[in-house]
Amino acid sequence: MAVAAVLLLFGLVRLPIENSLNAQYRDAFFHGAKLNLGLRQQIGQTAFLAALGGFRALVADGLWIQAHMDWSRTEWGKMLFIFNNVTALQPRNMMFWDMSAWHMAYNASVAALQDTTQPRLALRLKHQHEYFIIGRDLLERGIANNPDRYKLYESLANVLRDKLMDHYNAALQYAAASKFPDSPTYEARFAAYELSYSPGHEREAYNDLVRLYKMGEKEWLPTLFSRLKYLQETLNIPAAQRIKIPEDQLPHPPHPKPQPQPPRQ
Amino acid sequence: MPPSLPTPVKHVFFSPARIWAIATNTLLELFRLKVFYFLLIFALLLIGSSAFMIDFSFQEQFQLLKDVSLGSMSIFTWLLAVLATAMLLPKDIEDRTLYTILAKPVPRFEYLVGKLLGVLLLLFISTVVMSALFAVALYGRQQVVIAETIRNYAGAHQDQLRDALRGIRESTFTFSLIPGIAIIYVKAALFAALTLFISTFASSTIFTIMVSIACYFIGHLQGIARDYWLGNAATGALPRIFLALVALIFPDLQLFNLVDDIVAGNSVPMLLFAKTAALGGLYACIYLLVAYFVFASKEL
Repeated sequence: MAVAAVLLLFGLVRLPIENSLNAQYRDAFFHGAKLNLGLRQQIGQTAFLAALGGFRALVADGLWIQAHMDWSRTEWGKMLFIFNNVTALQPRNMMFWDMSAWHMAYNASVAALQDTTQPRLALRLKHQHEYFIIGRDLLERGIANNPDRYKLYESLANVLRDKLMDHYNAALQYAAASKFPDSPTYEARFAAYELSYSPGHEREAYNDLVRLYKMGEKEWLPTLFSRLKYLQETLNIPAAQRIKIPEDQLPHPPHPKPQPQPPRQ
Repeated sequence: MPPSLPTPVKHVFFSPARIWAIATNTLLELFRLKVFYFLLIFALLLIGSSAFMIDFSFQEQFQLLKDVSLGSMSIFTWLLAVLATAMLLPKDIEDRTLYTILAKPVPRFEYLVGKLLGVLLLLFISTVVMSALFAVALYGRQQVVIAETIRNYAGAHQDQLRDALRGIRESTFTFSLIPGIAIIYVKAALFAALTLFISTFASSTIFTIMVSIACYFIGHLQGIARDYWLGNAATGALPRIFLALVALIFPDLQLFNLVDDIVAGNSVPMLLFAKTAALGGLYACIYLLVAYFVFASKEL
């Protein structure tokens, strides 16, 4: 009886301590995994038990290796299924979100376009676009789970820029990434470049590019000059206010014009 | 003149020297049981996983290596804590060593503290050796990746190479790995104390092991039970009493699962780490205390 009393008393004493520690860990973005019945049905009882027993990283790694093997067999649907489970188990792991989105937006999308079993180009393009959207959605979910790190903002911006041709939103994501103190310096540069491709935002883009230009020679890159030249002409900047563009600094071939944006789903 | 009798040594109620003697003997006894053979399995796991990961990107390689290593460390230290502690008391009773020790002026509390300290020393040595093996494996993999990167960036700008190498170094050794490993040790220490407590009233070694393993799994669900209990999510008196008992009796082991998040790139605030480690220490002390209560009244 005395032992039970001591244990219960200790339980009462430590309860607020544990609650407070849990809250502090949640604030520090720890323990983000939600282990629910849906996941239990998808990953199997043993893996679910291991995940509950504190080995969710190992379970996630096992599933990741499985996805890697499925990649070699180009089983994209199965890979997506596994990616959803892996990211549910380890929502704070940037690599899982990043690589999952990359597989979908860059690999599965190309495979869909080159699908020899589908003779209709329109359907192949539709499937390709669906994989772009899956990649984008994975990154958006990743950012919702990891709002405190720049990497996924950058990856999302890359998908928006390279695959969905959504330059304005790409600029916003690069700008969001550039706000993190540990982000690379090119994030701010890319944000300005992408804004320069966004119809209706030429004036802000021009101001950003001029600001970059004034930062010194380190920023005087061929793309900066190319975009400045384009915007100076588009905005009819008076000759006296124009920045002199050295022709030998322009990229060869000239930077391509933006493609029309597909509808955002 | 009668021969002088030796001066009687005054008995000290609490003697660290006696505890140390019991602890070192316990450690020696465990050494003789060749428990360190598990380190071979750990080393094989590291080598095997390193060789297996050649096809992956360097981020994946480091991630998998860290997960496998730290996950294995967590499993091995926990198993070692449970198995080594579970057999201490039954073995001493079976060998009659316990009676020899307690027949001397050794209080039962000192005996228990000495036994636990011996297991904690064993766990410490194991953790240090496994950490060293892990560091060597990670360093080796890092050097391979660095050499490959230097080859791939042969014609590139120096800044690009520097950024790439910085990325590799930041993906391998991070300061947070140290508190992560320390928490693995604290969790194992907590389990050693809990298992010692169970073994004081257990009828057999197998019973101790089974109950301890059950506590492990319930401990990982304790947080859910506590949230349900405190959040009034459960209806009915019986479920609420059950949840309250789970929350009050079992330790919250999810608090000690930091390595998953550390490998994922999270850094542990030092104050939080210190609080978690202190909570683990407190758990161990309380379990030791209740173990003494049971052991003190046990008829031997």
